[in-house]
Amino acid sequence: MKIKFLPFAAVAFVLFTGGCATMQPGPTAVDTSREVESLARRFPPGAKAPTDAEIVALLKASFKDSPSAKLDRLDQTPLQMACTEASRSGKPLDEKLRDGLQAAALASVKYPADGKYLGDWKRGKAIAQNGRGLQYTDKVGDVAGGNCYACHQIDKKEIAHGNIGPSLTGYGKLRGQTEPIVKYTWARIWNSHSFNACANMPRFGDAGILTEAQIKDVMALLLDPESPVNQ
Amino acid sequence: MKKIFVAAILASLAFPLTAQDVQKQIDRYRELLADGNPAELLEMRGEDLWKQKRGPKNASMEACDLGLGAGKVAGVNAVLPRYFADVDRVMDLESRIVHCEVTLQGFTMAELTKRPHSLNQSERQTDHEALTAYVVGQSRGAKVNLPQSHPKERESFLRGEKMFFFKGGPYDFACATCHGVDGQRIRLQDLPNFQKADNAQRAFTTWPAYRVSQGAMRTMQWRLLDCFRQQRLPEMEFLSPASIDLITYMGVKGKDGTMDAPAIKR
Repeated sequence: MKIKFLPFAAVAFVLFTGGCATMQPGPTAVDTSREVESLARRFPPGAKAPTDAEIVALLKASFKDSPSAKLDRLDQTPLQMACTEASRSGKPLDEKLRDGLQAAALASVKYPADGKYLGDWKRGKAIAQNGRGLQYTDKVGDVAGGNCYACHQIDKKEIAHGNIGPSLTGYGKLRGQTEPIVKYTWARIWNSHSFNACANMPRFGDAGILTEAQIKDVMALLLDPESPVNQ
Repeated sequence: MKKIFVAAILASLAFPLTAQDVQKQIDRYRELLADGNPAELLEMRGEDLWKQKRGPKNASMEACDLGLGAGKVAGVNAVLPRYFADVDRVMDLESRIVHCEVTLQGFTMAELTKRPHSLNQSERQTDHEALTAYVVGQSRGAKVNLPQSHPKERESFLRGEKMFFFKGGPYDFACATCHGVDGQRIRLQDLPNFQKADNAQRAFTTWPAYRVSQGAMRTMQWRLLDCFRQQRLPEMEFLSPASIDLITYMGVKGKDGTMDAPAIKR
């Protein structure tokens, strides 16, 4: 991160080493190391670094509570907290922490009780296109979509697709319909953090965005040999 | 214009399209858009409003200090948000405009913040949108350079930075999810990466903007509100502390960009 600001030489190294993020920079001995210099740029005299708790409190004071989007959405889960820090610092999660979060995510996955994983790809197609759901402007109980095209290429005839996630064109054709593939795909949709703790993809099953039946339809869109995705 | 674009896309669907073709068509669409910006009409309406004597105190906004001294409008958006001693806090442009309407003209905060954004194209744009369009337009060509020497200005940036990376809500999204990586798109919409100076400059200097898809000029406060809607967080309060900190963050990241707003977007 490049930030150009007046360098202030006097900065307390205790900001980080002391473990107290709110401590004010004070007039300590000048240390010419680069780390201290960059800290000096970030914290001119008198400026305090915000704590995580202050940020949550400030966010809660900045948003309106409503039945369709309550303020508790700003209470972070341990995973959200860990992944926020990893993304902010640019440092990957500690391996043990990562494995624990992924295991917990995988344990949250509910596989279909009837053992049927594939629904109707035609309905899945509509779900993939639909971007509605869980916004404060939506009503409680409104049927949500998967909004898959926001991030993925899927049916190659749909050119208005995003690129935040990988292309899923030919998903089933490339991978087949073996049990491990089918179960992996289900788990990936239900809770994508099962395989990558800080994955960008929402937890469509775990967070209650899509119903089990809707996930079956999306599964069919990806895996059914008849689906346009596999043509 | 929108129809022409849709027709062009539909016509081209008959042939296989490469990503490059799609990009070319999007670029062409943007060129068409840039020919005439309806926000200019709103800027004119805003200028009239700015100079009119309004409110219980029957005063114009011309004495408003937007950060470069009372009565100075040119270039202010390139230095906002900044610290204002009279309120002892950092304010963004829209907060300051509302502040002046309260202090100079005698409007109440409640009436000014009740419905700051127009709903859709069938509705007339609000006075707030018009005033913002006018003031922002007076910064065209100014180099973005937010002051960061006051501790409260720096703290605003540091909070904004933390909020930018804050993952929350049922979708686990942070601003950084979409705006922290190069070359990302939602559908066909390019997403600026705020970790890259040129991206941040372009984003900061082209908001507020006239949104063709909505037939309305949208302010920076609206931009954040709508980002959070899609992020599935609750509804952001107009002029909220978090909004100001995030605008400070974006402005500092966009340093040295050249203001070119209100711009025009899809």
